[in-house]
Amino acid sequence: MFDLLFDASFLASVPRFVTPILLAALGGAICERAGVFNIGLEGMMLGGAFFAVVGAYFSGSPYVGALAALLAGMALGAIFAEFHLRRGGDAIVVSIAINLLAAGMTTFLLRAIFDVAGAFRDPAIAGFARVHIPVLEDIPVLGPVFSGQSPLFYLSLALVYALHVFFLRHRLGLRIRAAGENPTALKAGGVNPLWVQAIALLMCGALCGLAGAQLSISNVNLFVENMSAGRGWIAVVAVLLTRGRPWPLFFIALLFGAVDSLSFRVQGLGLPQQFTDMMPYLATLIVLTALSWWRLKRQS
Amino acid sequence: MSGRAERLMSGDLLPWIVMLAWILAILFGLMLLVGANFGEALSGFFNGAFGGRRMAYLAATLSRATLIVGMALSVMISFRAGLFNIGGEGQLVAGGLVSALVAILLPGPPLVVLVAAILAGMAAGALWALLAGVLYLYVGVPLLVGSLLLNFPIRYIASYLVAHPFRDVPSGMLQSHLVPEATWLAYFPGFRLDIGILFIVATSIFAIVYSHTTVHGYQARLNGLSADFARTVGLPVRKLTLQTLAMSGAIAGLVGAIAVFGMHHRYIDGMLVQPLYAWTGIIAVLLVGMIPWLVPLSGLFFAALQTGAAGMERAAGVPKEIALVMQAVIILFVASRVSGAILSARSSGTRGGDDV
Repeated sequence: MFDLLFDASFLASVPRFVTPILLAALGGAICERAGVFNIGLEGMMLGGAFFAVVGAYFSGSPYVGALAALLAGMALGAIFAEFHLRRGGDAIVVSIAINLLAAGMTTFLLRAIFDVAGAFRDPAIAGFARVHIPVLEDIPVLGPVFSGQSPLFYLSLALVYALHVFFLRHRLGLRIRAAGENPTALKAGGVNPLWVQAIALLMCGALCGLAGAQLSISNVNLFVENMSAGRGWIAVVAVLLTRGRPWPLFFIALLFGAVDSLSFRVQGLGLPQQFTDMMPYLATLIVLTALSWWRLKRQS
Repeated sequence: MSGRAERLMSGDLLPWIVMLAWILAILFGLMLLVGANFGEALSGFFNGAFGGRRMAYLAATLSRATLIVGMALSVMISFRAGLFNIGGEGQLVAGGLVSALVAILLPGPPLVVLVAAILAGMAAGALWALLAGVLYLYVGVPLLVGSLLLNFPIRYIASYLVAHPFRDVPSGMLQSHLVPEATWLAYFPGFRLDIGILFIVATSIFAIVYSHTTVHGYQARLNGLSADFARTVGLPVRKLTLQTLAMSGAIAGLVGAIAVFGMHHRYIDGMLVQPLYAWTGIIAVLLVGMIPWLVPLSGLFFAALQTGAAGMERAAGVPKEIALVMQAVIILFVASRVSGAILSARSSGTRGGDDV
């Protein structure tokens, strides 16, 4: 049973599932550090997934698709900023609205643009080709894991490190942290924290959009209504658990992604699909409960 | 309340008009995008929401409103107490599933079965909400994500139960067997609307009376306005939290039972999830800033928006998902004016007293 589950092809499938959660969670981390409570990751991801298909379908290039996804995510980030930061709407309320807006807009446009309901699949949707890395791909175990993945996977790995350095050294990264930890000090330094938070929301939207692109033009080449299916919420949990620190976030995303991939894998073993579908959410709940419990114990 | 109304009428009117203009502009923009005929769309909307042969569409609006208002009341009770329970969907599914299974499995006189099934559904909803509450209070899992994540397991458990052990196999669909016909909620004479709406009218009255006149409702509101204050003056905050969540969950469970016995007469996979009843309920509460007596009207408004959009689709070919977009747009614009002010009363402490 153990060998059946954890073989090389399982390991090779893990990055596919880690990438969307990791990208969205990194985006969420920027908001978290900037002091914006953003639980609209799910919607930003869904919007990205849809516009990735739109871009890839009309241009024939997955890179244009990814760009469209990025811009769609940023547009939702801008809407979030307008209504939360400028008009003073509650962050939770605005997040809920963003999630509903993405769900409604994608199904509406699915029918308006492609004239289909439920799902859109077409050979003209240009998906990402796998990136094969010479030499590395011939190494057993490591090869299939680190070679032959979507470009977005490599981007997400690079972003973990980049974001770590960004928060540590970069001027904007420091300002983002200041906006979250001590906005008054930031203001005293002549920087408007609201602008910094708006930039954080745009960056978050961009990353969530790319996370959506990974779902729709990399893992598969199609769009299905409500395609993000709760992964944005798993990313929210990852952000909460790590308080937006990139490296811990990477490991949590790795864990959640691995469970996601495992749940896909055990479907072949005769378990009812409902149980395997439930696994990622159950794992998220269990990890969340365990870590919260551990924190509570340590405090008291 | 009158003070607020006067403020609305005098100086603050302009922003509301601007807001309405924005919302209408977006609506027309979307309709332009799909090349719809405005006149046909408009008449289709009103026919779909309030018309139909022998008022069939009005009945559809009202039965949808029954479920949306029920879910809105459920979350309102939590939200007013400062508890961000957004897991109404899970509690709704738990209630619908358990009440259907009880009615299918329990022998006995129909009325007894019906009452037992509804109570079991309410208990299931309450337990599911309590689970989120226990994780929040005793383990430190934030209620917002804890309650939301609990939506997923119950959704799949329900899906499994009606796909395997309790599936009505000959029907070919993922659904349970029918509940006994004698337990179905009666229709109003000459109108395809079941009496489930009366349960929700009663629940609305209960929620308004509870919020405005009972000690429990008052204490829960205090906790919502300032949790620190509630703790400092020695309110039993934990007990209050659990009781409030149980009440929320029980109402959601009741809504699930009404959907089973009034509308579908069985549990169909996804029947409570796909129409987004729980999320519509949440935004219905946010639209009116958690003011109890306005919640039923707000729920009715969103129900009409949805059935009206379906009418617009039939008449003018506008995809009915436009309703979902417009709901989100309305909430974005209104949230920043209404809910923003009232939710932020949590921190300011001085305002917000006038709607208690």
